[in-house]
Amino acid sequence: MTDSKYFTTTKKGEIFELKSELNNDKKEKKKEAVKKVIASMTVGKDVSALFPDVVNCMQTDNLELKKLVYLYLMNYAKSQPDMAIMAVNTFVKELPSSQLAKDCEDPNPLIRALAVRTMGCIRVDKITEYLCEPLRKCLKDEDPYVRKTAAVCVAKLYDISSGLVEDQGFLEQLKELLSDSNPMVVANAVAALSEINESTPNGQPLVELSTNTINKLLTALNECTEWGQVFILDSLSNYSPRDDREAQSICERITPRLAHANAAVVLSAVKVLIKMMEILAGDTEFCNTMSKKLAPPLVTLLSSEPEVQYVALRNINLIVQKKPDILKHEMKVFFVKYNDPIYVKLEKLDIMIRLASQVNIAQVLSELKEYATEVDVDFVRKAVRAIGRCAIKVEPSAERCVATLLDLIQTKVNYVVQEAIVVIKDIFRKYPNKYESIISTLCENLDTLDEPEARASMVWIIGEYAERIDNADELLDSFLEGFADENAQVQLQLLTAVVKLFLKRPQHTQGLVQHVLSLATQDSDNPDLRDRGFIYWRLLSTDPAAAKEVVLADKPLISEETDLLEPTLLDELICHISSLASVYHKPPTAFVEGRSAGIRKTLPARQGSEEASAPEATVIPNQESLIGDLLSMDLGAPAAPVSAPIVAPTSNVDLLGGGLDILLGGAPDINSAAAVAPSTTGLLGDIFGLSAAPAMYTPPKVCWLPADKGKGLEIHGTFSRRAGQISMDMTLTNKAMQAMSGFAVQFNKNSFGIAPASPMNVPVLQPGQSLEYSLTLNTAGPVQRMEPLTTLQVAIKNNVDVFYYACQMPIQVLFTEDGTLDKRVFLTTWRDIPSANEVQYTVNDIKGNTDAVSSKMTLSNIFTIAKRNVEGQDMLYQSLKLTNNIWVLLELKLQPGVSTATLSLKSRSVEVAPYVFQAYDSILKN
Amino acid sequence: MSCSAIYILDVKGKVLISRNYRGDIDMSVIDKFMPLLMEKEEEGLLTPIIQTVDCTFAYIKTNNLYLVSTTKKNANIALVFVFLHKLVQVMAEYFKELEEESIRDNFVVIYELLDELLDFGYPQTTDSKILQEYITQEGHKLEIQPRIPVAVTNAVSWRSEGIKYRKNEVFLDVIESVNLLANSNGNVLRSEIVGAIKMRVYLSGMPELRLGLNDKVLFESTGRGKSKSVELEDVKFHQCVRLSRFEIDRTISFIPPDGEFELMSYRLNTHVKPLIWIESVIERHAHSRVEYMIKAKSQFKRRSTANNVEIVIPVPHDADSPKFKTTIGTVKYAPEQNSVNWTIKSFPGGKEYLMRAHFGLPSVECEDSEGKPPIQVKFEIPYFTTSGIQVRYLKIIEKSGYQALPWVRYITQNGDYQLRTN
Repeated sequence: MTDSKYFTTTKKGEIFELKSELNNDKKEKKKEAVKKVIASMTVGKDVSALFPDVVNCMQTDNLELKKLVYLYLMNYAKSQPDMAIMAVNTFVKELPSSQLAKDCEDPNPLIRALAVRTMGCIRVDKITEYLCEPLRKCLKDEDPYVRKTAAVCVAKLYDISSGLVEDQGFLEQLKELLSDSNPMVVANAVAALSEINESTPNGQPLVELSTNTINKLLTALNECTEWGQVFILDSLSNYSPRDDREAQSICERITPRLAHANAAVVLSAVKVLIKMMEILAGDTEFCNTMSKKLAPPLVTLLSSEPEVQYVALRNINLIVQKKPDILKHEMKVFFVKYNDPIYVKLEKLDIMIRLASQVNIAQVLSELKEYATEVDVDFVRKAVRAIGRCAIKVEPSAERCVATLLDLIQTKVNYVVQEAIVVIKDIFRKYPNKYESIISTLCENLDTLDEPEARASMVWIIGEYAERIDNADELLDSFLEGFADENAQVQLQLLTAVVKLFLKRPQHTQGLVQHVLSLATQDSDNPDLRDRGFIYWRLLSTDPAAAKEVVLADKPLISEETDLLEPTLLDELICHISSLASVYHKPPTAFVEGRSAGIRKTLPARQGSEEASAPEATVIPNQESLIGDLLSMDLGAPAAPVSAPIVAPTSNVDLLGGGLDILLGGAPDINSAAAVAPSTTGLLGDIFGLSAAPAMYTPPKVCWLPADKGKGLEIHGTFSRRAGQISMDMTLTNKAMQAMSGFAVQFNKNSFGIAPASPMNVPVLQPGQSLEYSLTLNTAGPVQRMEPLTTLQVAIKNNVDVFYYACQMPIQVLFTEDGTLDKRVFLTTWRDIPSANEVQYTVNDIKGNTDAVSSKMTLSNIFTIAKRNVEGQDMLYQSLKLTNNIWVLLELKLQPGVSTATLSLKSRSVEVAPYVFQAYDSILKN
Repeated sequence: MSCSAIYILDVKGKVLISRNYRGDIDMSVIDKFMPLLMEKEEEGLLTPIIQTVDCTFAYIKTNNLYLVSTTKKNANIALVFVFLHKLVQVMAEYFKELEEESIRDNFVVIYELLDELLDFGYPQTTDSKILQEYITQEGHKLEIQPRIPVAVTNAVSWRSEGIKYRKNEVFLDVIESVNLLANSNGNVLRSEIVGAIKMRVYLSGMPELRLGLNDKVLFESTGRGKSKSVELEDVKFHQCVRLSRFEIDRTISFIPPDGEFELMSYRLNTHVKPLIWIESVIERHAHSRVEYMIKAKSQFKRRSTANNVEIVIPVPHDADSPKFKTTIGTVKYAPEQNSVNWTIKSFPGGKEYLMRAHFGLPSVECEDSEGKPPIQVKFEIPYFTTSGIQVRYLKIIEKSGYQALPWVRYITQNGDYQLRTN
């Protein structure tokens, strides 16, 4: 016999019929009738009209019937509050609350618990009055089953009337239950308390856990059900231990939970452990052991049900960002399986990229390539993007990634091509002047692009490399035909690209630029587009040179890791491991309304640990907004201030007028001809390997241009700084058979705007003759960030040919004489610079004592601000300023008698750090 | 922290049964669930969690039913999903199969269960053996009121007292599933073993059990490092096992539940040869035919035999007129799964078999491209474990002092065993 028969009555006077059945004297009939009512309720019929009749059946010994009536009561008390209260009022002696109260004293604990459970669920204010007395008794009931039910009921009551709970002393009773002899009662009491703590009106927890209670919880942890363990672990994660010892002991007692079969227990244990590890970060050994213990359970989570895997993967994504070491060897477990649900596949991909490193990149790439040929469009797109991200993240793999992307473009699968073009744009930005040879392949696919992002990326590429694409004007022109129908981001990009093209190749593109400017400013309704159009127009018409400076300015480098979470958010989310927040990657306040969001959690401050020394990547917005980012970049100032233009502005306002002649007769393109540059590593070794001791340390000359590359001209050189004047000291040797004359020099744009202060004035150089020449330099030249930063590309011209070479400037020549800081300013600046901008370095082989070091540094414009002796160590606080106004603050820790020193560097432009370290090395060793 | 309500929906999204636990979300929000699900699926953004303005839906799907939980808070979502799966398990143990019909047939019991499993959205007792002692399908036949089993609130919440058997026996099954992922050029990308020790316990009273394995960590700590042992990478235990004890001295000690359960599972990476290796040569001649040459090799010891080996080879969905040739076993075309299934009843170690298949392809090509599903292999090798794990002893101590017999079986089978094709 099944219950389905109860669903089958659909006669007309149903309610009426049920009413009479409910009032039948026979118990069996009554029960049948109640079941029919519940069945109707289940299928969504409104049976609230039967309220008094059903509630009438409450007085029964039959447990099953009682449960059904209670269920009915819970369902309709809320949706029919008036009736519920009326029921209470009308039958106040008997029904329903007094019956409930009576049941709370039933000899059968099952009924006592059932009654107290139900009472808490009748969410009608008036009923709470009747609830307090029975609840108080049940909290002290002899049966643990009743006590554990009553514990939860306190939380229910708090939800309806928080004041009542506080006034009636239920909180204290609940706290007492934390010491209950029964582990289930403890677990439910903890759950209720955590819930209450999270929903207090002021956001402050009402009940703080003491060390004593923590110990009781840890004991109960071993004995209660799996769910109870989760409640206890979650509340432990809100506890801040008093000291390292306590933190360590909590870790030790929680670690066994990692072997629990229940994934929720494991994740909650992971949450507590990671939090404790943060406190114990000073104890590296302990943390390493913990990290090792955390990896296997996290990996095993990937064998659970797909939904649990999804939650685990979202959390692993956070953990990998916070503690990259834990899973760095586990790449393979994130390989995608054919039958994984799509949401698992996409998350695995994300983590694969996060874990990608030089060690495993080959494997990762071959997997990604495999995924890129699957059928699921979203997955394929993400796989292609992932290849691009690998290229940006793992530099040595860039070439392989580009080759893979090209292979994929050859497949001609439309969405693959589009995705590939979007990521190639990013690769171009990361590695300028490296992979432009593939542009022609990209251009072949121009016609197939139909997605705005891909089109915008392609247009950006064309504009950026207009000088290398012969038919750039035709390509852009073809885009302009449908300008009005393009998406806004493509329109903006087109506008910029055409202006770039014009600035680079003004000869035949005047018509084009006028056309696009009129499209943007006259025919468009988009204010952004119009504004940008007008700005370009004015720039071009008033000062073309400045326009060039602005439009063709260097873009800041793209950072390695995309979509990293911001560190404070990451810390907050780590505290919410296994909760919804950790899946959304949003703080609870972003999706939970009002007070129940709880107070903001964050990781405890580290004790006794030094800040991580690895420079953190800057956070840049995720892929979607990248193109927007690129667009706005054109107008934004580059990292270094734009220096004065090379050419004095002309007053010629005619857009197409003579002012542009200057552009036409531009400098030779040094960019593409840097092939002669000697390998930089060897060069640096040479620079710093030898010793000499002038007033300010000047590295010895090295060979910049060997005779065989210079058609007989050989150049050795170095840089020096004397009395604030930077100069390039060269030895020119003529090893050819004929005299050389007509020397001229030009520098490519470089990181610090170094440029010759005067033309090169070298007399005729006879065969076999060698002469010393010192070229004075200034820092007023155009700025473009180079990699390495100190690279300077030089073109030397004589009557024979033009020669190109690249050399490295020792950064100390750029240290200015006014690099001292006031002590107080030093201190505040040091504090203001975020710790992410701190880099550490160890200097070896130091000669001389602290004072000698200090005076030696002063000669090189590194100024000692203050000196302090801490525990036998000399601390020197030093500052220096670069010609482009970048301040660098340093702390040098010297130990008398020890030749190594620790150097901590802080700067807002932390990328100069390695070069400063080199400078320290070379200065201190000589 | 927890679920606000639980719903069970049919495949069309109609509510079959629901239970409101917290009353903080209007129960009618469920009407939005199915349309949202469809929308997300359309956009390719399907996840098991769907966020709306009113609440968050977390759902699982089983047997054409959706089990949906709603919450408004920052719930412990791992707990919610594990619980939903547990809910399916409990109901399956109650009604054999959880499906639309069994829900209608048992709605009274389901309401009772939902009342007992969760309170205010917090999971309570979920052990179906214990629940069955006081929530029964024949409830209405009982004249005496049921009482709560002590186990519900006991530290041993999974076993009732007073169990009696005439013959005390324990059966242990050591089952190892091999997960393999190989790429199309024959490189093994991943190979791991997921082992499980399953027990069927027919013991009287409250027996104390201790299980001894050839666990490497244990052997090394007790100075038996040289004996043959197995390094278990990650071990997961049933809640009956004393975890802190295991952490201290690697002893697996427990009071077992009655009947069948999974005592533990473990995972280890292997570097052994794949037990059954498949080489495939697939020649596609577009618009005319596709030919398969499949070589299956057993790479385990000669004295072992794999049973019921089934090799599932994916074929294009528009393939026709199948032709097969093989030296052993039977080959069947299964058009409903777009595959050819080659079954070999008994496949001894160190052998190699060959199968050829030939299909016609239509001259008109289908528009949507197909994926490249991997070849999958199913098998069972009895009396054999890849890892070499061994049960050294199972000690059974009960205060009445009876003798009980443990029986141990070993078996290795396929897990997720996939070989990519080109």
